[in-house]
Amino acid sequence: MAMVTKATPSQKIFDVCNYVFLSLLVLMTLYPCIYVLAASLSDPNEVMKAGGFMLWPKGFQLDTYKLVFKNRMILVGYKNTIFYVVVGTSINLILTIFGAYALSRNDVPGKNAIMMIIIFTMFFRGGMIPEFLINKSLGIYDNRLAVILPYAISVYNLIIMRTFFQNIPVSLEESAKIDGANDFTILFKIMIPLAIPSIAVVGLYYGVEHWNSYMRSLIYLRNRELFPLQIILREILLQNQNEALQSATDTTFAYAENLKYATIVVATVPILCVYPFLQKFFVKGVMIGAVKG
Amino acid sequence: MSSLKNDSAVLAGKQRTDSKHQRLWLKIVQRRYIYLMLLPVLLYFLVFHYFPMIGILIAFKDYSVKYTFWENIFHTPWVGFKHFISFFESFYFQRVFWNTVIINLYGLLFTFPAPILLALLLNEVKNMRFKKTVQSITYMPHFISMVVIAGLVIDFTSSTGVINTILNLFGVEKIQFLIEPEWFRTVYIISAIWQEIGWGSIIYLAALAGIDAELYEAAVIDGAGRWKQMTSVTIPCITPTIIILLILKIGQMMNVGVEKILLLYRPTTYETADVISSYVYRRGMIEMQYSFSTAVGLFNSIINFTLLVSANQFSKKFSETSLW
Repeated sequence: MAMVTKATPSQKIFDVCNYVFLSLLVLMTLYPCIYVLAASLSDPNEVMKAGGFMLWPKGFQLDTYKLVFKNRMILVGYKNTIFYVVVGTSINLILTIFGAYALSRNDVPGKNAIMMIIIFTMFFRGGMIPEFLINKSLGIYDNRLAVILPYAISVYNLIIMRTFFQNIPVSLEESAKIDGANDFTILFKIMIPLAIPSIAVVGLYYGVEHWNSYMRSLIYLRNRELFPLQIILREILLQNQNEALQSATDTTFAYAENLKYATIVVATVPILCVYPFLQKFFVKGVMIGAVKG
Repeated sequence: MSSLKNDSAVLAGKQRTDSKHQRLWLKIVQRRYIYLMLLPVLLYFLVFHYFPMIGILIAFKDYSVKYTFWENIFHTPWVGFKHFISFFESFYFQRVFWNTVIINLYGLLFTFPAPILLALLLNEVKNMRFKKTVQSITYMPHFISMVVIAGLVIDFTSSTGVINTILNLFGVEKIQFLIEPEWFRTVYIISAIWQEIGWGSIIYLAALAGIDAELYEAAVIDGAGRWKQMTSVTIPCITPTIIILLILKIGQMMNVGVEKILLLYRPTTYETADVISSYVYRRGMIEMQYSFSTAVGLFNSIINFTLLVSANQFSKKFSETSLW
């Protein structure tokens, strides 16, 4: 916080400009969200006429949402995405907690070497094609595991968790050891209960990543029954765009055009629902990562 | 006599190392559960990170789908730098290389400083509620999926979209932003700023919050106004943070987010939009030229790694801030 000296006229002008600029930024961030929501609830013909400018629904209707929930592929995608988020995040958390806890202990011979091996993968990777070929040779191509296992640990999240475990006083661990507890007992009985807030942060990170990911599914999944929501969304949003421009006058097609707004809403609402939590915890995560990253 | 002495000295030394080994072994046994926890973790990094690094070897071979992956690695003949040479000699090399460089330079010039600017502006806001609101709202786009972002970009830049509507008000003719190649980079950079400006500012705001208030007091006593406080206290204090993030950014220089490019580019914009990673995707995943595309990918990784190391060295030398 800058100290206030005297408010000279030029400083007043700066303050006004600053508030105006920041308000504009907020407006520009919010507008796409408002527009998409309004358009999804409007009569498709009104949306056509609006020229991309809409702040509230015109010709309110819910038919597009009915269309969304009647679309089998959207439902399949939704179901698959939930599966990937739940199973994927669970695997992420188990492995990340194990790795982070083990690497946060002081007297573990070889710890630093292992840490180096892990951190090196942040800066150098095999690349898209070798990774693809390995996963194919492991037999997980076109399999649900292909979008879960290769992404089981994020080094960044591991570092966040590890920093948290490092900050837990050693005395807690030592007194448990005197009582004869082994490292597994210590982890599950003492460390994990203490680490719930940071597990929540990391879990949310992983969950959002699974929810939003599409590249991995694009590379590894061929069977449409395995597609997550993002791939279906991509088909709806991107692949019809040229046809959409051509037959913009057709009313049935107009509904199909409107479908994309409703699909965006349906696919993004869950993220926005957890957003208040994300915001609270994530900022903390960035800070921890920043200290050690 | 003297040899006997030596022998006993050697023996004593051996015992010392023995007990050292024993102590180490004891420590490992005591910590056996820790190693048990590390086992799946190490297995993960071995299989999904280090195996692909071995897989890079196919860049120097002719990958054949007739053989398994490991047969390709160990039993097929070497072809040397054939794939690299054919990449360097191809028409695409110049195009994808320079497109990658240019889009990243733009990123460094515009996307990178934007959050710093936002943090500095937020730092001048005295109304805490206003500040918090701006923060909460501008962080949000970071969590929206790239597919949705691309969908929004396509919709907003379309001929009936809001941007063309606004331009029309000022008498500008309709622009086909995603069809005309000269607009691609602008669209790419502006949407990136839109998505990441808020989120990127968090780390700088944290650095700003950590500045000792006494520094400002001292500056005020010296008669510094707000502008002077910013240039002589605020900015020097967040410079280490900026440098670290800059090094990281430079280390990622040649990694353009392939997701976004694949979602937004189309054959009419390849001229400016096709970058190394999207080229690797097309040649590797669609045309299945595994060895060639691995070679292109390796070329990219090597540049990246070199940039990261040199940026780090450079910074170590001139600013005492570095990653390692």
